[in-house]
Amino acid sequence: MNIETELRRTGPHPQAPPELSEAAAAAGLLDVAYATFDSPVGTLLVAVTPRGLVRLAYLDAGEDEAIVLEQLAASVSPRVLAAPRRLDESRRELDQYFAGRRRQFDLPLDWQLTRGFARRVLEATARIPYGSTSTYRQVATAAGSERAFRAAGNALGSNPVPIVVPCHRILHSAGGLGGYTGGLERKRMLLGVEGYSGLKQP
Amino acid sequence: MPRRRVSPAVSLPPFQQLLDAHGRDVHRYLIATVGRTDADDCYQETWVAALRAYPRLRDASNLRSWIFTVAHRKAIDHIRARRRGPVAVGDVPDIPVDGAPTAPDDGLWDRVRALPDKQRTALALRYLADAGYDEISTAMGTSEDAARRNVHEALKRLRTEYQR
Repeated sequence: MNIETELRRTGPHPQAPPELSEAAAAAGLLDVAYATFDSPVGTLLVAVTPRGLVRLAYLDAGEDEAIVLEQLAASVSPRVLAAPRRLDESRRELDQYFAGRRRQFDLPLDWQLTRGFARRVLEATARIPYGSTSTYRQVATAAGSERAFRAAGNALGSNPVPIVVPCHRILHSAGGLGGYTGGLERKRMLLGVEGYSGLKQP
Repeated sequence: MPRRRVSPAVSLPPFQQLLDAHGRDVHRYLIATVGRTDADDCYQETWVAALRAYPRLRDASNLRSWIFTVAHRKAIDHIRARRRGPVAVGDVPDIPVDGAPTAPDDGLWDRVRALPDKQRTALALRYLADAGYDEISTAMGTSEDAARRNVHEALKRLRTEYQR
């Protein structure tokens, strides 16, 4: 065998490279840390900045991991790293929520992906108590514009942190489910976790 | 002629993508150049330095050769620091001792590690990082001719030692 081929074929005996995310965090360079994990509502991608939770995506409901990460790189910072340990607290609170043992999230939120009216709609949504619901018109009103309920619907549809900002608690005025980013099945499940029983039976 | 934007925004992929694509090769390259004992430290320093500079990068067309340039600089720093300082005890187990666990056998690459710095680096870039001579010259700050010569000399030496 010729030596060039041998060099290409072998290389030094491989060993696992060391973990990078903690060194990056210690140097203050971990702008976006993310992890994916399984939950009762499917695989979730969760991302935090030093300020707080910035993004939560349903990977089994039409959101693609690579695209979510590219969007974070473009809109927050390209310093995006997988860092499961940085997400331990988020994961713990979500697990407790799904098990019905947590009624309120203590995770700090980083709101930087929303602004203006959409931001006010989501802030109003974040104030709706566990287990109760509101309507598109009510959150539009709380956000300062009663007639903008369609815009409120759009803002909720692009909620960057579903579950934690509980857009599943917004229903149609007539009592119908309305829409949901993760699909209506998930909306129904989350309301079920919270013990909400006001849904009309299909 | 279409007007060009003055400073087109460079669209940088999420950093994790670079790490996934090139992490193992950078690590192998560092094992080949600085040895197993220092490779992990050097690896961390390489990626932290890259992460620091990343958002300011103006050209994302060849991120692989960029990361190997950073790795090369870190390797050189380590080799120089080691020459100034005492020899690390951890380097000793490269020579097997009876009863002691032996370092993995890298065969040909053990011989590569014994080559002069420039030859070893050029060879590792060429055959581990699959770099062209233009990339080797950029990473090492030499001319392309020098890069070619370093690879050639290294191969010649290995042939006489290895293929007996």
